[in-house]
Amino acid sequence: MSTGATGGSAATASDIEDVESFRLRARNWIRSNLAPLSADALVGVMRASHSDEEELASIARQREIQRMFFDAGFAGICFPKEYGGQGLTPEHQAAFSEEISGYEYPSEIQAPTFSPCAAVLLDFGTEEQKRQHIPAILKGEELWMQFLSEPSAGSDVAAALTTAVRDGDDWILNGSKIWTTGAWWSDWGLVLARTNWDVPKHRGLTVFILPIHQDGIEVNRIEMLNGNKEFCQEFITDVRVPDSDRVGNVDDGWTVGTRWMFHERMLHNSPLVTIPKGGARGSIRAAHLVEIARDAGRLDDPLARDLIGEGRTLDVVTHALQERIAVGLRSGRIPDQSAAVGRLFTGVVAARTTTLAFEIAGGTGAAWEDADGATAECGNDYLLRQVSCIGGGTTEMARNVVSERVLGMPREQALDRGVAFRDVPRGGSSRR
Amino acid sequence: MLLELDADQEVLREATARYLTDRVPVDRIRALRDDPAGFDAGYWQAGAELGWTSLLVSEEHGGGSISGSPLVDLTIAAYEFGVRSAPGPLASANVVAAALSAAGGEAHLAVLEALLAGETIASWAHTEPAPNDRLGTVTLTCRVDGDEIVLDGVKRPVESAGQAGYLLVTGRAEEGLTQVLVPTDAPGITITPLKTVDLTRRFSTVRFDGVRVPRSAVVGELGGAAEQVERQLQIALVILTAESVGAMQTAFDLTVQWAFERYSFGRPLASYQELKHRFADMKSWLEAAHAISDKAAAAVDAQSPDAAELVSIAKAFIGDYGSELLQDCVQMHGGIGVTFEHDLHLYLRRVVLDRALFGTPAEHRQRIAGVVEHLKERSA
Repeated sequence: MSTGATGGSAATASDIEDVESFRLRARNWIRSNLAPLSADALVGVMRASHSDEEELASIARQREIQRMFFDAGFAGICFPKEYGGQGLTPEHQAAFSEEISGYEYPSEIQAPTFSPCAAVLLDFGTEEQKRQHIPAILKGEELWMQFLSEPSAGSDVAAALTTAVRDGDDWILNGSKIWTTGAWWSDWGLVLARTNWDVPKHRGLTVFILPIHQDGIEVNRIEMLNGNKEFCQEFITDVRVPDSDRVGNVDDGWTVGTRWMFHERMLHNSPLVTIPKGGARGSIRAAHLVEIARDAGRLDDPLARDLIGEGRTLDVVTHALQERIAVGLRSGRIPDQSAAVGRLFTGVVAARTTTLAFEIAGGTGAAWEDADGATAECGNDYLLRQVSCIGGGTTEMARNVVSERVLGMPREQALDRGVAFRDVPRGGSSRR
Repeated sequence: MLLELDADQEVLREATARYLTDRVPVDRIRALRDDPAGFDAGYWQAGAELGWTSLLVSEEHGGGSISGSPLVDLTIAAYEFGVRSAPGPLASANVVAAALSAAGGEAHLAVLEALLAGETIASWAHTEPAPNDRLGTVTLTCRVDGDEIVLDGVKRPVESAGQAGYLLVTGRAEEGLTQVLVPTDAPGITITPLKTVDLTRRFSTVRFDGVRVPRSAVVGELGGAAEQVERQLQIALVILTAESVGAMQTAFDLTVQWAFERYSFGRPLASYQELKHRFADMKSWLEAAHAISDKAAAAVDAQSPDAAELVSIAKAFIGDYGSELLQDCVQMHGGIGVTFEHDLHLYLRRVVLDRALFGTPAEHRQRIAGVVEHLKERSA
């Protein structure tokens, strides 16, 4: 299977802009068109700090920035030119990601719109699908969600119960999807659905695309334990999808799904996304640990400094690891499932760093007021600590992938292998 | 280690690997535990011919790198040392060679030449005994007395001091940090061997009681050695961490193999999810260790502004996670993992030794905190 996105075959060395001149052009454009990020914009774990109005305004601004990227020739740096991209190399994307560090950027569009959704379309979409959606994505007109997880199946995504039944030239979808971030302000969904119950689970799945805002799709918002409502659950009832909106072959959805999850794990190494050097939102960074220590009056305390040193160590090592994995994957020197090594390390490090922040905050972690500065909210962050080890595939699944697919250890015993999905034992809450 | 070596680097790696495999197989290393030096002179001399001591020395002094990144080249040899838990004071010897080439001037060329040929060994006398053993603490005094410098103080541990012809001694003069090249047979020097965790590396306490050397023995400027000492520390840390990563890799590979071959309750250890998940964690630590060790080496080579922080990060991370990885490998092996018969302890020893030399992980975390604090102030 080839992807025009990562093959680099569209451009030869002679007809593309060299990386340094591209970098300078990007730097000048970014500085004259984008606002610097406020210092606390990237702080904390899923904080419930925005009103809905603020969130909608933020999304509108992100769509606008994406459109500005498109008009300035910076959208889809590694996307093929025929779909509105720039047809440049991962090195160009890396330069852009470095230059945009410290400035506003369309953070919510990167995942899942560009990777995995647009990446899956590039890999498996029909020519019509790519021409309709990729340019619209690059212009910020379409935000995508992955309709993948279900209430009955978290890690075991191939056990999807959402069903698609053929009806003439259409399919009728029924079921429920969950853990979509911001489905209420998004446009399109990439859906994994069951099309055959009489074969083993991986062989009866098919992938579709559909507009989220239509009759038959009810979007409910999930309240997290700290009041954050960015995740949604969708209830799909008799939704009609034309066969032309099918991605990949009927009952071959797991071929698409495998690649889909590969792109999801690749996120920080993907040449299709812009993630500033220094990290995405949703994690606590070492510099913030310094702020917490200062506001807690502990900056000179050797115990606090030890924790700051640990946080910084893990931070820098994580980036070094991700760079090594990206280089290794590009050159083929490491197994292509090695992105799971980065996913595992990143998740565990983020959880540890949240603990460091809570520890430095001391008693303020338990009870605080807004005037406490950086120490405020560390307690809520800590309550949500495990998010980094759950979202995007649990670290346990990553450990399975690393041990089985990278180290070649024996697969876990599965009671659903070779059994028609209809006959696979299911818990009471997910019986059909 | 780097995922891709250029052709010349691969030649160095291959030559070092082949030589070490031939000269110091594991049985030889076991036998060397009772050897006072830990290796024979011929071993080191032939290694010097492979480039072990010349990579950080300028071309005009008879050295030279193979890729233009001399310290990165040296990490390739250091990694192979770790892979085999090989004998020899690689870090100390290279620190002295680099210092003499960079700051030694004409006065020390003869000694430098002998070091490059492997005819003599020189080591760095930097760390001091507790409670003065914290990173960067120097209390040994260098007093100017006419045309002479008088040294008083104690250094410990000093690697291969019993085998060395010369010691590069870091001390404190009224003018500031000062480094002096001292022959080990100078009157007033007492060398007392120490016990150590490693089978072939040797360490001593070196006492300086009114040791007199001519002023020409100073390396660099009297009182002006601070920058050079920091550079030496960075070089030593890069070599130690690269070596540790090699030892981690061998231990991990041995343990993965063991997990496939060892059966309990009718199935291989590698089929137990509890163990598979620990292997996955170890794999992530191992790859992260490779990554940060290489990044630190490149930064020190390029003398980039973040070099001091990156070597400390590499040392803090590899010190902690390297020794955890080794101990987990021991645990996976069970009883055989703590016997002398099994090879695992050779790599455990090396990682544990390197963890404790030139600053523990906790000391380096303090150093890192100082850097982060100022990063923040700069950007604020």
